[in-house]
Amino acid sequence: MNAGEAGELVASRTLAAFLSLVFSRPVAEVVDLGPAIGSNITFLSQRIGCKIHVKDLHAELERHAREDALDRFPDFLHRHFAGYKSESIDAVLCWDLFDYLAPPAATALAGTLIQALRPGGALLAFFGGGGARGRSYTRYVIHDERHLRHHTSAGGCERQPGLQNRDILRLFQGLDVFDSVLLKSGVREFLFRKRES
Amino acid sequence: MWKRDDAPRPAVAAVPVVAAVQPSMVSGGTEETRGEQRLRQEESATIGRSIVIRGEVSGGENLTIEGQVEGKIELRNHILTVGSNGHVQAHIVAKSIVVLGQVTGNLTADEKVDVREKGSVEGDIVAPRVAIADGAKFRGSIDMRREQPSTVTDWRAEALEPDSTTPTREPVSV
Repeated sequence: MNAGEAGELVASRTLAAFLSLVFSRPVAEVVDLGPAIGSNITFLSQRIGCKIHVKDLHAELERHAREDALDRFPDFLHRHFAGYKSESIDAVLCWDLFDYLAPPAATALAGTLIQALRPGGALLAFFGGGGARGRSYTRYVIHDERHLRHHTSAGGCERQPGLQNRDILRLFQGLDVFDSVLLKSGVREFLFRKRES
Repeated sequence: MWKRDDAPRPAVAAVPVVAAVQPSMVSGGTEETRGEQRLRQEESATIGRSIVIRGEVSGGENLTIEGQVEGKIELRNHILTVGSNGHVQAHIVAKSIVVLGQVTGNLTADEKVDVREKGSVEGDIVAPRVAIADGAKFRGSIDMRREQPSTVTDWRAEALEPDSTTPTREPVSV
């Protein structure tokens, strides 16, 4: 993608609520599982005032695919997130990463994220779309509190067969659904929240 | 991360040592003019492509690194630029840091960290302002101070209000 490409502007129904949940927490720590996007970092850091951990799991997934080592991706995820203490993160931006994960990797990642979330913490994930099809993936650029720009880039991993809602709820067992929206595009936005202890 | 005790002590050949000359005085004992002070502030040193430094680099002027530096870099009042050929494995502390090359290590800046299009950073960044260009690579965490909490305004409360147009708090059926 060229830096100058505008990307498709798409409304998000859950982003504002996610940002509000983050903003309500003092000195929040947010994990962004997408690629490093300067404007997102600026938005989250300067407007929301949080500390951001960027973990580009798409890049790691691509690396594992190139090395024909996707079966080792769940172990990688466990190791990768082992550095996070239990209940040390206030929020997680998953974007549509789970669309690309095979069931064992999805289960491993969801488990580690649920463990890492603080009580009251939020997790935002999209399922079933985002504009990318086949071997491409979508970079989500925060345009404002209610809109995202979708930039499609070539990738080496295919989307997995779409998860049903019951699969998603099972995956994130231990979190409550704070909000969920089905967009006209077919994308399902899920905002989860960890129960206050 | 850095075993400073094991590392050879500064072989800082290419980096000018911060001279004992104080900004307000020159060796002749006369006061520096403002023009001279400005010229001094604009001075910049370069670590060339073929230079490899292991140890601690510190200085009192802006520095551009086109070579390799491993260890620690401290330019508290000046700008550090890691050029497009630069490879740095170091903890960096500077007023501002511009990255066009590769950096592995933590970056702390009083003003700004700017990772340009071809730049790559693997480490944690602490600075009040951080810019990461499209195409830049970054892996780590970013800690910026909250500027004005009030800049996030009315949408916050509204976003958490029940919205009649929002379908449900239960999962939707597809």
